[in-house]
Order: sequence, then C-alpha cells, then structure tokens
Amino acid sequence: MTVSGEPWADRHWEPVIGLEIHVQLKTRTKMFCGCTLSFGDEPNTHTCPICLGHPGTLPTVNAEAVHFGLMIGLALGCEIAPRSIFHRKNYFYPDLPKGYQISQYDIPLASNGRLGDVRIHRAHLEEDAAKLVHAGSSGRIHGSEASIVDFNRGGTPLVEIVSEPDLRSASEAADWARLLRATLKRLGVSDVNMEEGSLRVDANVSLRRAGHATFGTKTELKNMNSFRFLERGIAAELERQYEILHNDGTVVQETLHYDPVTGSISSLRSKEEAHDYRYFPEPDLVPIAPTETMMERARAALPELPAARAERFERDLSLPADTARLLAFRSELGDFFEQALAADSGDPRVVANWVTVELVPRLSGEDPFESRVTPGALSELVRMVGAREVSQSAAKEVLDVLAAEGGSPSEIVSSRGLGMAGDDELGSLVDRAIEANPRAAEEYKAGKQKAVGAIVGFVMRETKGRADGGEVNRLIREKLGA
Amino acid sequence: MTGLIELTAATAAERVRAGEVSPRELFDAYRERAASEDLGAFLWVADEAPDVPADAPLGGVPLAVKDLFCVEGVPSSAGSRIIEGYRPPYTATSVERVVRAGAPVLGKTNMDEFAMGSSNENSGYGPVRNPWDPERVPGGSSGGSAAAVAAGIAPWANGTDTGGSIRQPAALCGIVGLKPTYGAVSRYGMIAFASSLDQCGPLTRDVTDAALLFRHMVGARDECDSTHLEYPEEVRLPSRDSLEGLRFGVWGLGEEGTEPGVDEAVRAAIATIESLGGAVDEIELPHAPHGLSAYYVIAPAEASANLARYDGVRYGRRAEDFDDLISMYERTRAEGFGAEVKRRIMLGTYALSSGYYEAYYGRAQRVRTKIADDFREAFGRVDFVVTPTSPTVAFKLGERTANPLAMYLSDYFTVPMSLAGLPAISIPCGLSQGLPVGLQLAGPAFSENRLLDAAYAIERAIGFERRSFS
Repeated sequence: MTVSGEPWADRHWEPVIGLEIHVQLKTRTKMFCGCTLSFGDEPNTHTCPICLGHPGTLPTVNAEAVHFGLMIGLALGCEIAPRSIFHRKNYFYPDLPKGYQISQYDIPLASNGRLGDVRIHRAHLEEDAAKLVHAGSSGRIHGSEASIVDFNRGGTPLVEIVSEPDLRSASEAADWARLLRATLKRLGVSDVNMEEGSLRVDANVSLRRAGHATFGTKTELKNMNSFRFLERGIAAELERQYEILHNDGTVVQETLHYDPVTGSISSLRSKEEAHDYRYFPEPDLVPIAPTETMMERARAALPELPAARAERFERDLSLPADTARLLAFRSELGDFFEQALAADSGDPRVVANWVTVELVPRLSGEDPFESRVTPGALSELVRMVGAREVSQSAAKEVLDVLAAEGGSPSEIVSSRGLGMAGDDELGSLVDRAIEANPRAAEEYKAGKQKAVGAIVGFVMRETKGRADGGEVNRLIREKLGA
Repeated sequence: MTGLIELTAATAAERVRAGEVSPRELFDAYRERAASEDLGAFLWVADEAPDVPADAPLGGVPLAVKDLFCVEGVPSSAGSRIIEGYRPPYTATSVERVVRAGAPVLGKTNMDEFAMGSSNENSGYGPVRNPWDPERVPGGSSGGSAAAVAAGIAPWANGTDTGGSIRQPAALCGIVGLKPTYGAVSRYGMIAFASSLDQCGPLTRDVTDAALLFRHMVGARDECDSTHLEYPEEVRLPSRDSLEGLRFGVWGLGEEGTEPGVDEAVRAAIATIESLGGAVDEIELPHAPHGLSAYYVIAPAEASANLARYDGVRYGRRAEDFDDLISMYERTRAEGFGAEVKRRIMLGTYALSSGYYEAYYGRAQRVRTKIADDFREAFGRVDFVVTPTSPTVAFKLGERTANPLAMYLSDYFTVPMSLAGLPAISIPCGLSQGLPVGLQLAGPAFSENRLLDAAYAIERAIGFERRSFS
C-alpha cells in the first residue's frame, strides 16, 4: 500500500476506513426473473410480473449469478457457506416494487476473505433497486414535481462486498478499491463502471486516537462515483471529523453525501432516522447449497488475478513494483504487455517501460487493444531501438505515428527517414559540430566534461534525434582526442 | 338440466368423456347458477364457456377459483379493495394445470381479504352465507369456494390453506377439503399471505373428486416456484373400503373449547374407523397446543412483508388525495386494507422489529420445529392423526367479529399440520345442531394417496347426506 501524505500521525488520530462495494453482475438475466439486463435502453422495456412485484409472483435464483458470486468469493479468498440463505430487507420506496429487497443477512454466500492487505468481511448476493428519476429542479425526491420509475435496472444481480475496517488513509482506500475493481474486471463478472453505476463504493469512516484499539463513531459516506471522488470524499470527511474531535466535539453516526463539485458533505439521515429493516429469512427461496460441481466450475473459471499477476511480473520478469502493479491492475495493459513480450522476447523491463511510460500517455485512457498500436508493432519498435536501427527519440516519434495512424514501425522509419544516422553521416556532422562550437571543444579538451553537451546538441538538432547519443559521444571524444 | 348439477365432478367428467353431455352444456348449467346465486360466494363469473375438448381428463367440469389466484385478464383481488379490479397479466400455475386438464374457470370466489380470517366476514366485498343456514358463516378464508360447492353452485373449487382455510370452511359447509403437503402444489400466481404456510388444494363434494382435482394440481416441478417439488408418485383415485392394518392416533378430543356436539360426531366417526378395522389409539402432540401462538407470529410476520407491495405505485388502488410519498402510502393502505389485514400487518411488523425478533419470530420458529418433531414421532407409531377439524359448527354472522381471539381459535386443530407442512383432509362426519361437523385426518408428508384412501373408506361408511341443492 502506498503511504499517504496525510498528516494524521502528527495529529494523534488514526483514520479507520472500511469499504462497502456493490457490484452489478453482468449475467444475461436478472437475479430472480428471466428479464434480460440492459443499460440505457428505453425505460420499462425489461420488466415482467416478477420484477414488477405483481401479486402472486415468486422469485427464483439465477444460477449464473450464484456462479459469479462463487467466483468472487473464491477470488477474494473467502470461505463459501455450505448453505447460505436469503433474507428479506423490508422498507418502502418506489424503486423497490415488493416493498422488500431480497438480500442475504446472517449467512452470506462468502465470508472471511482477504484481498491484498485488507480482510474481506463478507460478500453476498442481492438484487438491485429500480431507477428513480425526479422531475423538477432539485433532482432529489423532496421538492420534485413528480418521480418516474424505470424498472429496467430493478432486479439486476448485485454482489455486495464488505471489507473489514483495515484501511488507514483515503489514498489507501482508493488504491485498494482500484485493486478490487481490477480483480472483478479480470474475473469478467461485471462491467465495473463507476460512472454507470455497475460499481458503487460507500465508505465507513472514523477516527480513533492513535494506538487505541477501540473505534470511534463512524459515518457512512455514500455513492462516490469515481476513485478520485472516493479519495477526496474520504479525505474531506476525515478532515471534518478531525475538526470535531480536535475541538472536543462528538461525531454523530449518520449517512452522508459527498458532493464532488463543491467538495461539501451533507447529511442524508441520522442514526435515529435509520430504517429498521426487519430482516427475516425469505420463505420463497431455498438455501444456496453449492455442490462440488458448482465449486469446481467456479474454481476452473478463475483467471490469474491482478495481485498474483503483479507478484509474477515482479518475481519472474524483474519488473519494478510500481510498473508491475500498473500492468497487473489494468489487466488490458498487462495483456498488451505480455503479448508484446511474446511477439519478440526482448527485455521485459524495457518492453514494460515502453508500455507504461510511452504508450499509456498516448492512449488517453482507452484500452490499448482499441488503439491503432498493436502489441506486435510495439514489440518491433522496441527491438529496433535495441538493435540501434532507430534512436530513442526517433522511436518516440514513430510511436506517435503508430498511435495516430497505425502501421508498421519499419515502414514508418523508412518512409519518414527516421532511421539511425549512419557512421559517415555522423562523422561529418561531428566535424561540423566541433567547427561550429570551438569554445566548447576547447573547454572539453581542457577537461570540462559538461562542455560536450553543446556539441552533442548540435548533432542531435541536425539529425532531428535520429542519432544514437552514445555513438555521438564516442565520435566526439575520438575526434577531440580526449 | 338440474340432473347435471347433482353429479359429482368425477361422474360429470365421465359423462362428458362418454359423449353423453357436452362440456358447454355442463358449463352453462353452472354458469347460470353462479350468476344468480345469493350466498355472496362469487365475485366474478365467466361470461361464456371456453372450448374444452370432450376427451380432456377433467371433461370440461368447471372450476370455481378462489379470488386469491391470478387468472390472466380476470379480476383477481384476493378479496381486497386495495387491488380491486386488478387483472393479472398471467395465470397461476396450479390453475393453469387444472385448466389444461380440462376444467375451465367458472368464476372467482369470495374470500377473507388476503386469506386472513375464519368466517369470510373479512372480505372487502361482503360476507358469504352458509348454504346450511344463511344466518351463519361458511368458514374461511376459502368461504366462497366452500359455500359454492356445498350449494351446488360449482361442481368443485380450489382454495388455499395457510392455517386451516380449506379444511375449516369445508367442515363448516359439509364438504371435503384437502390441504396438501407444503410444496406439493405450486404457489406461483397464488397471491401470498404467509409464504411458508400457504398451500393450494381442492374443495369438493366427495373424496374421489378431491383426488381427481388434486391429481391435476400437482405434477412436474414448477420452475417458477423454488419451494415446489415434483409429486413423488401418481395421485390415484381412492378405492379402499377397509381400514385393516391402519393405525389412527386421536388427538384433541374433549378439548375445553370444543362443542359437545362436535366431540360427539367425531367420536362416532372414530367408532366407524374401528368398525372398518382401523386400530385407534390416543396420541400426544405435546407442543401442538402452542401452534396457534406460533402461527399468529409467523403468519403475520410473513404477511407484513408480502403485503408491502400494495403501495399504490404500480397497480391497484392509489389514494386520490395525498401531499407526498409517505402520505400516498399511508392513505392508500389505510383506505385499501380492511381491519383484520391491518391488525396482522401491525402484529407482524412488531414481531420482526429490532429487539423483538428473537422473542417473537425466533421463538415461534422453534415452536414450529417442536411441533414438526411431535408429528414425526407420532407417525412412528400411527399412520394417521385424527382430530376434529373445527372446534365448533358454523357460527352466526357477526358472532365473533368483535373478538379476534375467539375467531383465531377456529384454527386450533388445523394450524399444527400447517406449521409442520403436512397434508390433512377434512371430511364431513355428521351433524350437530343440524350443521355439519368435520373430521380431520392428517398424514406424513406426501402421503396424500394413503390419506385419500382412508378418507374414502370412512366417507363411504359414514354416508353423510349432503345438503340438497335448491
């Protein structure tokens, strides 16, 4: 975990943070009925009597959702309950057609796991609520002229993952959430898109006196729809709690909303206003008792997960930790890297560097596989640099062209004349450079090493970067007899 | 064609299949009676006879369907004003199966609102009268179904039983009512009262009809109901006339709340069992007397959640005037639900509340387990448990409406089997004060074939004379 720059240690208070993550599963159909999942379709076109809560209808469990749930549980190193049961969570709201959400309560599907340095308390299956759209200015239910319900989302399978309160800073929390997202993405069980709401992160935040075992009063921070907002929201809430505690005040247990635009935190409801959900076992469903076949299938479906992949990159390919994590946590980058490496087995560290340092900024966030650069092309480019067929800086220019237009590096090099400057060309250029910088030449001969820079710079300018810096240096030294 | 009306369903089906009567003729005869009945048994009657192939297993014999069942396009209100006029977009599995076997829907029968009641006086659409005495209740909650069958307004009916809602009205109306094993009949499309107890079953004129209708209610596992099971064997029509080799355990005779006339009729029926060769012994079900207490925690708790969907948002009633979301909920539900439903929602909500859950719901579930254990032990020694179905004969309209606890006692003998998920049948075994008395027989899970066989033998020996149809 990265060490945060937050000064809590100096202030004798320690942040205690736990995350609750809701993951929409990308099953074909909903959790308890046969409606297909959708995003962005015309409202109320993916509904049936069951997910609309019509009288007399009954839920049946989606086997694919259970399979995905088992995969998540196993990927998070959890114990899988031999018989987990569903409960009804009762409350009235227009987005909840039955007046209760079918969820899991005291016997969740998976529990007692770990991801990275953070323990997983539990992971359970449940159904998503429908989507409410509030007409009118406020955009919230209070004060709106009318509210419209779109039941397309209602009944989408969710896995709720609850961490133990093992996180100690806002940045640590955001980092861990990124690892979790990468893991879920790698499992292929969810789109894990925070903006679209297929990944939703809430944070339980409190401060305690450094060195003390007992927790302080926590608040729950809801619905931060990016990792940046998650980090900022937690930081803002920690700051708010610190101000209260520092001035001998009392933190009130409540649910809070973080507004990323203004950076302000407002109360959604206090503990007194909290619902009594009156959980009780769902009598319409039988327990989930995974058979050995189901467990086997879930195990077999597990790919190499980001944490293990990062470890492998570090251990087997000698990548630096940061690079290994970057490649492993963005699995598409890791895949691109491994494919490039496989295309021409160069030095993994060099290939990794080209992917993370040079390619990533040219992708502007997109999936490298959706860019015009192929793993093979990058691999060829790296090989050409290694073989001194093209200079470092010219290679970057080639990559610019690849990213913009695609194509093959060798063709780009030859058609644009970006090939490494040859010995003859370089020899005469060095002569000209010495001629043009007599003072630098004198200083260099007198022992001032730095003076060579001006002469090298001249050659580089003239070749537009096509020259190998080492070779230029060698020639200058040779000619000046130093 | 009053002659047709006199036929049991099984006999009528045979006549149709033999080509002696057309399905339409049969349907129209009953349709006419149902459309003009004055007991308040029907809430909706079909306009015209649907086409039924004359060789269908159930021969086109029309079925009266309790209003608790969803039937596509047909008003299905569960006896409640809160979904008055609601026409479901689909049909309940158990109804679908019976219709497919050739028993078209004759109409929807009146019932206690959401099946909560033992007298049918809790209906949102008025009471049902008992054909034996119109001043008396037919029992409940399947009161409309029981009265319709007893009065010859329907050849047979379905009903639902959560704590006695098939058996008790069957007893009070002098007909046969079978509550099957929990899970034997699909609950899909049956508007839920208490999901872990609700079970669909037949109300019929005799045991043979009950077996025939039940045969077509069960079947392959319904993928729409996780608690439904494929029936483990074929349901046979009963044929037994002796009870040799069968052991009957009698429970609950001489209870304080039981009317002497009821006790007497049941004792006479037990003597009949012995005369048929059955071995009779008294048995103990030590926890069964606590059944009612447990039932009135568990059933309302489940109901409080099951009835939360009637919120005015998507279908059914919505209050006309409201200020905001909360007042819309409150007014819709205040207007739409009757007093008994509100009482049970409050009971159930309380029992599930934080801090009370263990003391009420948790404890009730433990009692439920104990009662199931009692039965398991009893069935190690006897084949059937025999009890009165109801402690009293049909009581007068209004007699118990002011006293819910007295009303709840109607289910004293029927609730234990419901809690244990066991099949039980009520057959008429005699009269007391000129009103029918029901005898209840219960067996182990999925013992319906044996239960129906024994009930058939007893029924034939007793020769109960049904009410004549006017």
